[in-house]
Amino acid sequence: MTLVVIDLHPLWDWFRVLNESTGIKLTIFYDAFDRARFFNSFLTSVRLMGICLVASVVIGVVGAWIQGSKLRVLRLFTQGYIQFFRNTPPLVQLYFFYFALGSYLKITGANGIAVPLVSNFTWAAICLSFYAGAFNVEIFRAGIEAVPRETLEAAESLGYSRLKAYAYVILPLAFRISLPALNNNLVNLIKTTTIAYAIAVPEMLYVANQIWSDESNVPEMMNVLLIVYVALVGLLVWVMGRWERALTIPGYSPA
Amino acid sequence: MHKLLLSAVAAALGLALAAAPAAAQTPEKIKQRGVLVVGTKPDYKPFGFRDPSGAIVGFEPDIARLVADKLGVKLELEPVVSSNRMQFLQQGKIDLMIATMNDKPDRRQIVGIIEPLYYASGVNVLANKKANLKSWEQLKDQKVCAIQGAWYNKPVAEKYGADIVAFKGQTEAEVALQQGNCIGWVYDDTAFAERLADPKWSGFEMTLPTILEEPWGLAVPLPERDGPWGKFMAQQLEDWHRTGKLIELEKKWNIPASAFLKKMHEQYSKKGS
Repeated sequence: MTLVVIDLHPLWDWFRVLNESTGIKLTIFYDAFDRARFFNSFLTSVRLMGICLVASVVIGVVGAWIQGSKLRVLRLFTQGYIQFFRNTPPLVQLYFFYFALGSYLKITGANGIAVPLVSNFTWAAICLSFYAGAFNVEIFRAGIEAVPRETLEAAESLGYSRLKAYAYVILPLAFRISLPALNNNLVNLIKTTTIAYAIAVPEMLYVANQIWSDESNVPEMMNVLLIVYVALVGLLVWVMGRWERALTIPGYSPA
Repeated sequence: MHKLLLSAVAAALGLALAAAPAAAQTPEKIKQRGVLVVGTKPDYKPFGFRDPSGAIVGFEPDIARLVADKLGVKLELEPVVSSNRMQFLQQGKIDLMIATMNDKPDRRQIVGIIEPLYYASGVNVLANKKANLKSWEQLKDQKVCAIQGAWYNKPVAEKYGADIVAFKGQTEAEVALQQGNCIGWVYDDTAFAERLADPKWSGFEMTLPTILEEPWGLAVPLPERDGPWGKFMAQQLEDWHRTGKLIELEKKWNIPASAFLKKMHEQYSKKGS
């Protein structure tokens, strides 16, 4: 068996030549240190986006269900959560969680120094998931309210419990109605992950900022960031668009 | 073909790369305008910080005032941070930058760093005493707080394997260090001297040998470096070194006496006589 090793050196070196001949300084390709840290930051960003996308949708679905609950306490709790996370800027939330709340949650680490229990990445994931989740609850609520009452009554008359009717009848319909708005919010969420750099999560904007400070290549790194984010958002929009089309019910919503 | 590819990429990036030409600046023009705009740091005590009234004061604003007084114009201080100060100068938002900037070859290609240089500092770590830091090598795989955009973040990460956790400003780095988010804070040694005198920092120490000692340069827009404005500033710097003006300011702001200023004073006072 022969192992295929792709030697990327000629490609990386091409960017060095590019720098020497045009002054376009893309160190993230030919400088091994910069390449490694930018690639890691890409992974960190994608990981943060992935976690937040999934968690925020789950929060949205659960929250919308709780909002229709008969228990007043639960409804009030959800309402409070939405008001808190939707009506404060995400950057302020990040600072609040990391610096204010984080200072109370501590464990004793190595050397006997009290270290935070929750890492900056985890705080960013929690905060952004709940932030986007608050919008998702409202998005799903709008979808649920758009499902005709008669549909629910029909489900109940067939013996569905409230939970079952929600899971099998209301949610599948509401979800389809909610998709365009959800799409919007998730695109927004992807872009908002960049604010995690404020609490030093090594995501792409944070690392790009450090690289352009080290290498004085601000325009190049700005272009790289722009291209990567356009690609990531484009990918999400494409997937969501495919999903939307796949879920179309003939005659229920325009294709 | 090679050339064609290069030019295609160049064209793609060209839009953003086209640097805005900085307006030509001369001492005469500044006098006519009646205002000198200087970029300084608002968060680097005692070199530049905000007093209770919100005004930027410190070692560097005092230098800026010397220049404004010499020109006989009003002084306007524009707050800058490490990651935007060179762009401010390129875009013509400021006439002069005095913002704790180390003199680096690649920076000389972007801004007009004036010689002689006006100060020098090195890099050190303000560490939690419990971390028992004795050598730079101990930083390997440890979380170390820093400031975003500082040039030595990369060498410290590369050479000693430190896990750099960099924040926007000094205040955030300070809080993060005190909360145990990192075992130490890597920064200019000059910034730590004052903190160590403060009881608030009694649990911290600076034990490592200072590394990467670098002189600080003030800068004018690059096209002005060898023009009248650059020459005017070079003359001011020589005068300050000769008369010991900078050592005076150092004392005024309780900065530990730097060997660099002493050396420069000796060198230029000899020249002058």
